[in-house]
Amino acid sequence: MKTYYAPEDLSKFSTMGEGAPELWKKFSEWYGAVFAEGALSEREKALIALGVAHAVQCPYCIDAYTQTCLEKGSNEQQMTEAVHVAAAIRGGASLVHGVQMKNVVKKVSI
Amino acid sequence: MNNQSHYKPFDNALLESRLYPLTATGISTFQVNVGKLCNQACKHCHVEAGPNRNEVMRKETMEACLTAIEKTDIPTIDITGGAPEMNPNFRWLVQEFRNRNRHVMVRSNLTILTEPDYKNLAEFFAENKIEVVASLPYYLEQTLDRQRGEGVFKKSIEAMKQLNSIGYGKEGSDLILNLVYNPAGAFLPPSQKPLEADYRREMFKRYGIAFNNLYTITNMPIGRFLKYLNISQNYNSYMEKLASTYNPNAASQVMCRYTLSVAWDGSLYDCDFNQMLGMTVNHGAPSNIKEFNLAKLCNRRIVTGTHCYGCTAGAGSSCGGALWYKTL
Repeated sequence: MKTYYAPEDLSKFSTMGEGAPELWKKFSEWYGAVFAEGALSEREKALIALGVAHAVQCPYCIDAYTQTCLEKGSNEQQMTEAVHVAAAIRGGASLVHGVQMKNVVKKVSI
Repeated sequence: MNNQSHYKPFDNALLESRLYPLTATGISTFQVNVGKLCNQACKHCHVEAGPNRNEVMRKETMEACLTAIEKTDIPTIDITGGAPEMNPNFRWLVQEFRNRNRHVMVRSNLTILTEPDYKNLAEFFAENKIEVVASLPYYLEQTLDRQRGEGVFKKSIEAMKQLNSIGYGKEGSDLILNLVYNPAGAFLPPSQKPLEADYRREMFKRYGIAFNNLYTITNMPIGRFLKYLNISQNYNSYMEKLASTYNPNAASQVMCRYTLSVAWDGSLYDCDFNQMLGMTVNHGAPSNIKEFNLAKLCNRRIVTGTHCYGCTAGAGSSCGGALWYKTL
């Protein structure tokens, strides 16, 4: 194995059904239903997925949902803004935990 | 270049969906490609059209097209290129088809309307009640110019304003302006209706431009786009995407089943894509306009190849846009 991540592995995702076919079936059905047009459009869901893909830093998901977003009609500007939203939440999540730091400082300081 | 296939032959896909052999169901569109000469050289062009191409339909071949059409009641003529307007006999051909009471569509790149040598084209279209089908692959300048060349977007806007000013694309007018989207890269087009809504909103908000319909068309792995796929090493993944999203509902409605395509030299094809691959009409049907035989061509067997996956992927694709509107 040369690298932990290989692009061709994305197409092997369904091998996760081997050994646990019922679980894979349930996951696939649920996954399909999640991304179907609903109260949110398929395009909106793909943009959320793209943002989350960056937040969890999954290269498979970034590859897949970049293409999905384009195929659902989003453009690069909109996709870049979605990534900024994910980054802002990640950054903000770190920063807001600074309040805990300040609480501890306050507790242990004279 | 590295074209290793991981998908079944197209005819096998047809066989599994009970469409093999694929046959024509008649001819309702007579498509005439009047030449490969164009004032642009777009990166996605399957024709590889450009300013240096010299394949241009002669008047004699046009006359053969008119003779052929007279023997039929084919209602729609679809004139394409290159930039069809650059053929020296373009206006004559359009008027001759109109004199024979046929509905005429012209596939325009828009920028030709802004060239000094082609003045009053918009007025000519209007006088002859031509349906204009115009390439506008995106509503953002940067994306469009990357695909079609620097400055093309601004000229396209200027041309659409000209067309709008004489009634094209306006509500209540019978002058039809349809736009064509195609992806700026190796991915499938979005759903036609939501994208049409985006175009309508953005084109009006940004430029005050109106149009009738938007057609989404898949890029075909032919010509200049094929070269791009190979150079960018996207060929295999793109073909796998096209094949894995094969849609039998779209396959049953592909345009070759109701279209006949005539090349600049008079040879006959099932579609403009087969034309660029040199795959003439076959299986016993005549392959030149001078031998036009409606009965033999109407139920001819279609010549297929791997590229046909381009018309059957996802929602399907044709010169009139998507074929299957259901969400997949």
